Amino acid sequence: MSISNAIPGASAAATQGASPLAINGLSVAYQKKPVLRGVTFEVNEGELIGVIGPNGAGKSTMIKAALGLIPAIGGEVLVYGKSLKSQRRLIGYVPQRESVDWDFPTNALDVVLMGTYGRLGWYRRPGAKEKAFALDCLSKVGMADFADRQISQLSGGQQQRVFLARALVQDAKLYFMDEPFAGVDAATEKAIITLLQELKRQGKTVIVVHHDLATVKQYFDSVLLLNVELQAFGPTETTFTQEQLQHTYGGRLSFLDPGSLAVSGAGGGGGRP
Amino acid sequence: MSNFFTMLADPNMRWIFFGCMLLGLSSGVIGSFTYLRKQSLVGDTLAHAALPGICIAFMLTGVKSIGIFLIGATLAGIVATFGIGYITRHSRLKQDAALGIVLSSFFGLGIVLLTFIQHGDYGNQAGLDKFLFGQAAAMVGSDVMTMSVMSAFLVTICALLFKQFKLISFDPGFAKGLGYNVGLLEQLLMLLVVVAVVAGVQAVGVVLIAALLITPAVSARYWTNRLGTMIILSGAFGALSGALGTWISSSVSNLPTGPVTVLAATAVFVLSVLLGPERGLLAKRILQARVKRSFLKENEVLHTASGERMKGETAG
Repeated sequence: MSISNAIPGASAAATQGASPLAINGLSVAYQKKPVLRGVTFEVNEGELIGVIGPNGAGKSTMIKAALGLIPAIGGEVLVYGKSLKSQRRLIGYVPQRESVDWDFPTNALDVVLMGTYGRLGWYRRPGAKEKAFALDCLSKVGMADFADRQISQLSGGQQQRVFLARALVQDAKLYFMDEPFAGVDAATEKAIITLLQELKRQGKTVIVVHHDLATVKQYFDSVLLLNVELQAFGPTETTFTQEQLQHTYGGRLSFLDPGSLAVSGAGGGGGRP
Repeated sequence: MSNFFTMLADPNMRWIFFGCMLLGLSSGVIGSFTYLRKQSLVGDTLAHAALPGICIAFMLTGVKSIGIFLIGATLAGIVATFGIGYITRHSRLKQDAALGIVLSSFFGLGIVLLTFIQHGDYGNQAGLDKFLFGQAAAMVGSDVMTMSVMSAFLVTICALLFKQFKLISFDPGFAKGLGYNVGLLEQLLMLLVVVAVVAGVQAVGVVLIAALLITPAVSARYWTNRLGTMIILSGAFGALSGALGTWISSSVSNLPTGPVTVLAATAVFVLSVLLGPERGLLAKRILQARVKRSFLKENEVLHTASGERMKGETAG
């Protein structure tokens, strides 16, 4: 709402008003142990943001708590300056693929149509208009030919693309994706990247939990380094540095090839091996 | 077949027939969701938990009425659900162990209360035990009327909230993300299970009702890959089992209707496992044989083709 709390430099967000996602002091605890402590940040509109951190750093937890899927013990989440509850329709979500049973009796199109339920209200079922849109989104992820396929007969990557199409159908402005690149084939990886670029072109904001450090520079405008607490957040160029990564991962980074983490901007932007 | 029509000619048998069919239908419909949510045993637990609830409701009111029993069973079901949740959250026990503890302790309490009622000063207690463990033959028109209302309620809710129930069965996290009150919808599903249990108490009893919540749904899954079709099939299989159970038990003397209904459901299940398309054992065998045959054929063609080419080469 007030422009004063927009961070300097976030000109697009500042001129439009509030940031797509402002999180203040978000904390989550399972049992007694806090898994997320006092996380505060504010993203710029139209950016692809990678959430990076070691296993157990609370990356998925942060996304789930930001979406209100799990209870937070403290903190505030504002979506375009308003409470999460009133802004649900602006949010799209891609859960981890393993979070559901793919032997469920349904087909790919049907899963994608679930993305329309939010705007259909309580009793309306998806109609011809929704189906056409869902097919459109399936073809955007290269899955148009699989619309009628029983979901258990899809490969892991294809299942991931069905989830992406379902998020596209939500027609949101702010997207959360929980490890969309985990365990997918090359075709799916390419489809996801194309899609992310397309979403960015449309001015949407996408927050992606990501595991593969080697591709961070190439995929994301900003990175958020997390290890229970927020370690660093900012443009990939200046934030995704050897020093910051050592800090975030502690000693556990040793197995990584330092060359793939390109310390400065110089080695950055280039192609991947 | 004449047997079947003489059975329907008897008005008493007609009520029992429709009662068992309705029960099979409603438990088949709601059972589909509990099965897909991997909560088949929760249905079993709720059924056992209904026993003390019904006993307490009877002790407080002294009336044998389905409506009052429904309230008692629902309250007991809620306590049981909270019990399961509490145990899984606050101990290291997994859900199956928690279910076992809650199921057996509620059932034990129910038996204690039932014995207490039988030896106590409850004028109207006659036949409560038979009622609770299933005695379809005792069903009368008014019972079936109540069951119809309950089944209609259950099926209507499932039809109206099909979309939501499908979503929370497949991906509750995403449902929450869309802003649905998933906890409330889950509670509603549980309530519908309790409704099906209470509707079925008189016909098959609190123990065997679990079979009608699970078996038709599992059978239906063998025939289709679509949720809507599966639910309709499951309801149909349940109703068919009820019809078969009544018919068989009426044509052979001294056979109890409830258990025969459950056995009929089991027969449908066995047939489904064998004959279901794609998932059925027979279909799998046929597919394997076909793949093998076409593989051998292709090999043969390849061999003869290469053989002929070689012949041609030598001739040329």
